Amino acid sequence: MKGQYDGAGDNDVSNGTKPLPRWIDIGLIPVINVCIALLVSGLVIMVIGEDPWEAVKIMIHGALGYEEGIGYTLYYTTNFIFTGLAVAVAFHAGLFNIGGEGQAYIGGLGVGLAILLFDTSLPAFLLIPLAILAAALFGGIYAAIPAYLQAYRGSHIVITTIMFNFIASAIMVYLMVNVLIKPGQQSPESREFSEAGQIPFIHEVFDWVGIEITHTPLNLTIVWAVICCVALWFFIWRSKWGYEIRAVGFNETASMYAGVKPARVIMLSMIISGALAGMVGLNEIMGVQHRLLLNFTAGYGFTGIAVSLMGRNHPFGIVLASLLFGVLYQGGGELAFDMPTITREMVVAIQGFVILFSGALAYMITPWMTRLYNRMQGSGPAPVEAES
Amino acid sequence: MSDPVSGMDARTGSAGVTPSAGPPPAIELKDINKSFGPVRANKNVDLFVRAGTIHGVVGENGAGKSTLMSILYGFYEADRGEIFVAGEKVRIDSSQAAIKAGIGMVHQHFMLVNTFTVLENVMLGAESGALIRESAAAATSKLKQLADNYGLHVDINGITGELPVGDQQRVEILKALYRGARVLILDEPTGVLTPQETDQLFEILKALKDEGVTVVLITHKLREIMEVTDYVSVMRHGEMVAHRTTSQTSKEELAELMVGRKVIDNVSKKAENFGEASLVVERLSIISGQGVALVDDVSFQVRAGEIVGIAGVSGNGQSQLLEALSGIRPIDKGRIVLNGREITPEHPGDPSEVRELKVAHVPEDRHRMGLVTSFQAKESVVLGYHRLPRYNPGILLDQQVIGDECVRLMDDFDVRPRQPEIKSANMSGGNQQKLILAREIDKAPEVLLVGQPTRGVDIGAIEFIHDQLLALRDGGCAILMVSVEIEEIMKLSDRILVMYDGRIVSNIDRQDADVNTLGLMMANAHEGAIRRRGGQ
Repeated sequence: MKGQYDGAGDNDVSNGTKPLPRWIDIGLIPVINVCIALLVSGLVIMVIGEDPWEAVKIMIHGALGYEEGIGYTLYYTTNFIFTGLAVAVAFHAGLFNIGGEGQAYIGGLGVGLAILLFDTSLPAFLLIPLAILAAALFGGIYAAIPAYLQAYRGSHIVITTIMFNFIASAIMVYLMVNVLIKPGQQSPESREFSEAGQIPFIHEVFDWVGIEITHTPLNLTIVWAVICCVALWFFIWRSKWGYEIRAVGFNETASMYAGVKPARVIMLSMIISGALAGMVGLNEIMGVQHRLLLNFTAGYGFTGIAVSLMGRNHPFGIVLASLLFGVLYQGGGELAFDMPTITREMVVAIQGFVILFSGALAYMITPWMTRLYNRMQGSGPAPVEAES
Repeated sequence: MSDPVSGMDARTGSAGVTPSAGPPPAIELKDINKSFGPVRANKNVDLFVRAGTIHGVVGENGAGKSTLMSILYGFYEADRGEIFVAGEKVRIDSSQAAIKAGIGMVHQHFMLVNTFTVLENVMLGAESGALIRESAAAATSKLKQLADNYGLHVDINGITGELPVGDQQRVEILKALYRGARVLILDEPTGVLTPQETDQLFEILKALKDEGVTVVLITHKLREIMEVTDYVSVMRHGEMVAHRTTSQTSKEELAELMVGRKVIDNVSKKAENFGEASLVVERLSIISGQGVALVDDVSFQVRAGEIVGIAGVSGNGQSQLLEALSGIRPIDKGRIVLNGREITPEHPGDPSEVRELKVAHVPEDRHRMGLVTSFQAKESVVLGYHRLPRYNPGILLDQQVIGDECVRLMDDFDVRPRQPEIKSANMSGGNQQKLILAREIDKAPEVLLVGQPTRGVDIGAIEFIHDQLLALRDGGCAILMVSVEIEEIMKLSDRILVMYDGRIVSNIDRQDADVNTLGLMMANAHEGAIRRRGGQ
């Protein structure tokens, strides 16, 4: 009996503060976090003798100021949406999936294998669903192994998914160097996919209707990303499976009372998580590279953790956070190009600050904001019962 | 509603609170106001506590008692109002400030480190120097003195987590006194105690009073108010509605003041009409991971139309028994027969399957098990039934159907506020409990398992819940009720089992039972438990 608050003593007076309204929690605080990150980045830029204001202008212009920049920004955004959703769905079940990187890698392998096998025999309208299926299957199965170890053997999912990233990397190197490499070349890459095995670029789509825009890696996968966002929202908040996932995530004991099997929920949510991460492979392999190669995941899986945290594990928030990270990636690249003193590493550091402040330290300013808000409001929790 | 102390009703203004005679004030609160957003938890509250008395503060859950005490103990700051301690105006903006002003608090849920010894717990945060050894020596002698003065005897080298609940509470009191408290606030102190432990606590409180310590007792149990307090203040809906001298008031008057209307608490139970046994338990045992029998060779049955009450100090196997019967926990020996389905160690039950057998379960702990506090009310209202086809016409949950059903259940069971979208955590304990009961009773169960049906629930709701349970019994449902409230057991049960240390030590008809014998059976068991642990 001890240690649980039963509400027997009037209200929940345990912390004495009123929770922040949603617009502050999921709107204002992330914005402030990003501002802090930019402020610190600005200080660093000042230290190396450049004008931070100028740097910001270059970044924003580079990411959003012209067609090519926008295309690249949205292309990065696509990857972040997938990995962000992947982290979010696991998070709703109370699981921290650190393995998005490896699942994306293996998902890409699935895409590559499917297309290498069938791109000469099947038309594009069959190859694309096939590749989606392969990405989901490979990513999902790869996430299912740590999920099984967590659900039925009690191995902590954070540890196993981290290790599975290394395993994925090793598998890919082995396969690319020894098996899938196109004979007669030095770099470990497969042969190029045929026309049917490529997801159309957006500039090609525009071309069909007669509008000419700059060529960028942005492709139709972004549409699929948006569809995934909507579908995941319905799944999490409107289906009985999502209901069970959230029940397990919030209160495992209550979910067991309700007849839910937590182990099954862990399996289900991780498989979906891995499947979503695997979609990065769709964007990269089938959408942009058109061949199987190494290191195409480029840290998207890890950044997905920050994206999901910043987006508060909600698809809409994840889209916004993905856009921000898209801007940072693309704008950062431009910055390194335009300001020679700011190296590529410097840009990574700036991105790191944003991840640090909006990911790892996402809740750092929450107590201060709560205190400030309470002072302005007259404080305290809002016990609805007192009026009944 | 005139105040016998001052001749004025407290509502008419602060002038009515200050008495013309009697001991000087230890605590005086003037015009305390506290709002949480749109909700006014405390409205112009005045309180006058005389030094060296035991002062009760009663009120239903949500009446604002805990808020008021939290203001006094520095958890909240009042929006408006003044606090006087021993006649001097003080500002209490933290619990440190409260301790400095000589105010100590014993929380309902103990704030103790279970793995520490009693001595370490008492010292924690009040060490006299950098070296523990010296602090410990000083603390030991001071604790001895306190124990002698107030009869607060606890084994100071015992591990806190292994002590009986009553002793742990004494550690909390010692902690407060050790820090120099002259005013002791106890928040619902008897909720976790047996009747005998409660009596011991009251002895201690009286000893404290004799030594000049002022005690503020927050409770919703009127019997305790009548038994131990000198003065009593009644809160309702955030307001202080009356002050009384305990000797000049009655339970009935206080109940009426608390609820704002007359409370009729004489249940007219309909005649017995028992049918076949719907729930049969035979030689059931549940063994913990450490090999201890949590439930030990238990046999009983519950017939249709019968309420069987399980009395006992909490932690004697009742929780495990309920979990086993509802299919959550596998059993190790024996068998359970629910509506013809046999559950054995080889054929374990499953909560979903048990529900399909028309067995409903209102768990003991609504926060841990009965609902998901982060869920909306309408989401909590389908917990356990979320797979029913009527909620799932297609692949998605039908929000309309679920919302409508939530509103209907809220209407039927008077759950407030009537907002299906409200977060379950933001409902009061009583309303949460009514929502869970509504969910379970609405499925027209043939067997109802219910644990602590009215724990942390206000008087008005208790009445309502009891009526619902009795109506269900009269409708032919077999009800197994676990409760630590003897009065509840006595009021509702047709047959009473007493559980101690995993075993059923008594199985008697309601007619043959009386509170004292039951209390003794529970308490004897309790003393046995102390002996076994080697304490005292």
